[in-house]
Amino acid sequence: MFGYALRRLILAIPLLIGITFVSFLVIHLAPGEPTDIQSDESSTRSDAKIKQLLIETYGLDKPLHIQYWNWVKRLVRLDFGRSFSPDARPVLQKIGERLPITLLLNIVELMIIVALAIPIGVLSATQQYSTFDKITTVFVFVGFATPDFWLALMLMILFGIQLGWLPISGLRSPTWEYLAFWKQQWDFIGHLVLPILVATFGGLAGFSRYMRQSMLEVVRQDYIQSARAKGLPESVVIGKHALRNALLPIVTVLGLSLPGLIGGSVIVESIFAIPGMGQLMVQAVFERDYPVIMGNLVIVATLTLIANLIADLTYSLVDPRIRVAARRGRR
Amino acid sequence: MAVLAQWIAPWDPNRPDVRKILDAPSKSHPLGTDQLGRDVLSRMLYGARVSLAVGFVSVGIATFIGIVLGSLAGYHGGTIDAAVMRLVDLMLVFPRLFLLLAVLAFLRPSIWTIMAVIGLTGWMSVARLVRAEFLSLKEREFVLWSQSIGASAYRTIWRHILPNAIGPVLVAMTLGIPAAILTESGLSFLGLGVQPPHATWGNILNEGKDAIEIGWWLSAYPGLAILVTVLSYNLLGEGIRDALDPRLRQSVGRIVSRSR
Repeated sequence: MFGYALRRLILAIPLLIGITFVSFLVIHLAPGEPTDIQSDESSTRSDAKIKQLLIETYGLDKPLHIQYWNWVKRLVRLDFGRSFSPDARPVLQKIGERLPITLLLNIVELMIIVALAIPIGVLSATQQYSTFDKITTVFVFVGFATPDFWLALMLMILFGIQLGWLPISGLRSPTWEYLAFWKQQWDFIGHLVLPILVATFGGLAGFSRYMRQSMLEVVRQDYIQSARAKGLPESVVIGKHALRNALLPIVTVLGLSLPGLIGGSVIVESIFAIPGMGQLMVQAVFERDYPVIMGNLVIVATLTLIANLIADLTYSLVDPRIRVAARRGRR
Repeated sequence: MAVLAQWIAPWDPNRPDVRKILDAPSKSHPLGTDQLGRDVLSRMLYGARVSLAVGFVSVGIATFIGIVLGSLAGYHGGTIDAAVMRLVDLMLVFPRLFLLLAVLAFLRPSIWTIMAVIGLTGWMSVARLVRAEFLSLKEREFVLWSQSIGASAYRTIWRHILPNAIGPVLVAMTLGIPAAILTESGLSFLGLGVQPPHATWGNILNEGKDAIEIGWWLSAYPGLAILVTVLSYNLLGEGIRDALDPRLRQSVGRIVSRSR
């Protein structure tokens, strides 16, 4: 097990280097001089200023390999420079105060998705072509096709404006400071209901579909047939023999879908005015605050890499076959 | 409908009318008007052109890159294969929206850059798919035969293997178009995609957001248009997949025969 974990870790190193390289490339992506981009007809003093700042921050006047070396050296020290915005605070500090809320949202979403998708998938697979299965299939297709920002707007109109049940932006009410402790918590949760609902909707559709697919494949296997032949009750056959095997591919899918989920927080956070990394990213793009953009990109990619790694390791924990194969491969 | 926008749109999509600001849906403006008094239906019809065009072109770009890299990796194997697959892994580590936003921060957003950027960040699944097809196809007799009479690798790939691998690619394309439309509308919704005055479904929604308390029609209909479009492409893709994949039908038959 330890050997396997170590091998996965070593495999992640080239990816980490790749992340630094791609992000370095992004700075240089624009045609011609990376600092010339915005300076044609709309060239103003502020453009010239940003240009100067960019050259200073990334040393764009130096040869490429030295630029890259400096970039990597700074990343290793977690030095993303200072924000271009008037407050000029260190980028790491800016991201640091927004990271927890994005992580919290994504983890809660993931837990809700998993908790709902597994039973839905199992039920619609074991009762294939039943009414329940048909309803969930319709739900899945609609869920895939619904733009999350549109769903957010519609829910805001319905629950926030027409019914007035839930707050539609921010994390706290203006009167938050004056509330009792438990009311503060309640207020906070109320602000999170709509964003989490929106973010889980699309993911739930995908996962319950995968779960159904995986379950359908497992149910057709011979060992399920023999479990039934042994006279085991159906609940044990499905709940134990089938479910355990059907869950395996889901762990991988979970890992692969993380970038999508995290990317989704860009839209959800902007709509609901939640001060997380997604909102920071959008603001930074509007203000052309390049150090913040680059810091965000590198950190989000690294987080995804770590999450994938965790998914991989979990996979090997739950499926002994992987470990055995890894050991054989090493010999 | 989108192609005919010019003729069937009841109003000029960009002509403001100060007397009709944020009018609710009525007979002359079936889907209402926006903050500048422009007809929402007409704007949506014109927006459909942009949204669909972005979908097609960006998927075209993604498919092209995916086929080239995927077939190279699958056909040659070895170092090339490893390099391409690591590149795929690397691209998949970046949450797509973050990468798109970072790139768009440096480039000026126009319809063309949006198409290019969505295409350049969406080729990974096609590459994987094509590679997998090539891995199984390149061992077949007809490929060995082609190689044995001295056909070049280029010719073998292009004339003999690729036509046999085109089915799954077609499915991936059909499913890629709605994904691209969703991405474009998401970017335009954030105000970082296609810029006004060009109407797209995404930026009509962006304007709708500002009028959310009075003009629900401004937000409801463009989103519904996206939903229906994406849904149809997804169903089309699923349909093609089922038609091309005899395994699915077989497996249904297998269950039936087994339960007997």
